[in-house]
Amino acid sequence: MIVIFGLFLLTLLVITAIAIVRTNNLFVAVMLMGIASLLIAANFFLLDAADVALTEAAVGAGISTVLFLSALALTSERERAKSSNRLLSFTVVAAAALIIIYATFDKPRFGDPEAPVQTHVAPWYLEKTPEYIDIPNVVTAVLGSFRGYDTLGEVFVVFTAGIGVLFLLGGGVAAGSLPQEKINEGLRHHLIPRVVGRVLIPFILLFGLYVQFHGEYGPGGGFQAGAIIAASVILFALLEGEKRALSVVPERALLGLIACGPLLYGGVGLAGIVLGGNFLDYSVLSSDPVKGQQLGILLIEAGVGLSVTGVLLAIFHAFAARGR
Amino acid sequence: MTALIDTLSWVLLTLGGLSVLIGGIGALRMPDLYTRMHAASVTDSMGAILVLVGIMLQAGWSLATIKLIAILLFLLLTSPTSSYALASAALLAGTRPYAEAQQDEEETT
Repeated sequence: MIVIFGLFLLTLLVITAIAIVRTNNLFVAVMLMGIASLLIAANFFLLDAADVALTEAAVGAGISTVLFLSALALTSERERAKSSNRLLSFTVVAAAALIIIYATFDKPRFGDPEAPVQTHVAPWYLEKTPEYIDIPNVVTAVLGSFRGYDTLGEVFVVFTAGIGVLFLLGGGVAAGSLPQEKINEGLRHHLIPRVVGRVLIPFILLFGLYVQFHGEYGPGGGFQAGAIIAASVILFALLEGEKRALSVVPERALLGLIACGPLLYGGVGLAGIVLGGNFLDYSVLSSDPVKGQQLGILLIEAGVGLSVTGVLLAIFHAFAARGR
Repeated sequence: MTALIDTLSWVLLTLGGLSVLIGGIGALRMPDLYTRMHAASVTDSMGAILVLVGIMLQAGWSLATIKLIAILLFLLLTSPTSSYALASAALLAGTRPYAEAQQDEEETT
């Protein structure tokens, strides 16, 4: 049954991908990319990867659609006329596709218990998580503790991407010229979205916090929570206008949030060294190693959440300020 | 009792699936944006309510039911709002309703 559902979703995904390539209306392409992300998220969920599904749905279908739309507001809605070199691009794509298809012949069968992914380190993680960290969600244990270095790298990727976009778009919201007051007001004159938005925003924030702090027990964690919290503030900005959103979360606070994530994460790592362990070894943070691990994961997840929220909001405001 | 609940739940799920199908056909067949939205709203309202209530009957009294109720409330709040925002944006952007556009065409010819 799962295989049938998976094939169905993947077929829809291929159709969506072809539609994205074929359309030359960029607005339509952005919407289709949101649909593609949602389909991938459903497929991840079907394969029991709830954490990844949540990330894909929140970031891929939610935030990146909004960011693409705000980028589109700066450019034209239509794709430029096709370049003449279509044969070359077709050859490159076809060659790459053939190599990838050839590579899939070496892949293990779907759900093969003998596959390297099932026999290499995964059993060790599953076996040792209750002993070392004692949290039910092994994904969070792997992400936060066993593979802490990788996640630190990811936080720095998010951090670098954020400051890169801010540099490119002229330092965020510093450009104080906001001539088109009308756009700046958002949807303030539209009663229904405003009222419903006001009702929903606190609950979205609450859900974001739940995802953040429930990450050790269920699907969730800093990346997803950051995207959800940023989404609620972006919703506020769309409803009440940029200015009011910036007075709620000012630019300086955003820059602080962006820096806070890597600092907190790195700080927890250094605290491990100071207290006599290795870098990112949380066991020494508390007298009880298991409690120390849990504390460390909580802190680094908080750092991830803060950083992701800050970066997404700063990028959104940078695009919005550029459009004026 | 379980057989009754199962039957009821399957009836609801089937009807919900049918509503989604009708909504999809309507969204493809209707002549302009507003009538398409009208057709698609069948998916948002009846489809969502019937399917979610059908799953609730399957879940019984548990945490899952509470979560489903929360999802249903969220959908019932957000989908009319997004429909409103979409229709109002289309009207502001100058998309005219089908009937009105037809009438104008007749007057000009």
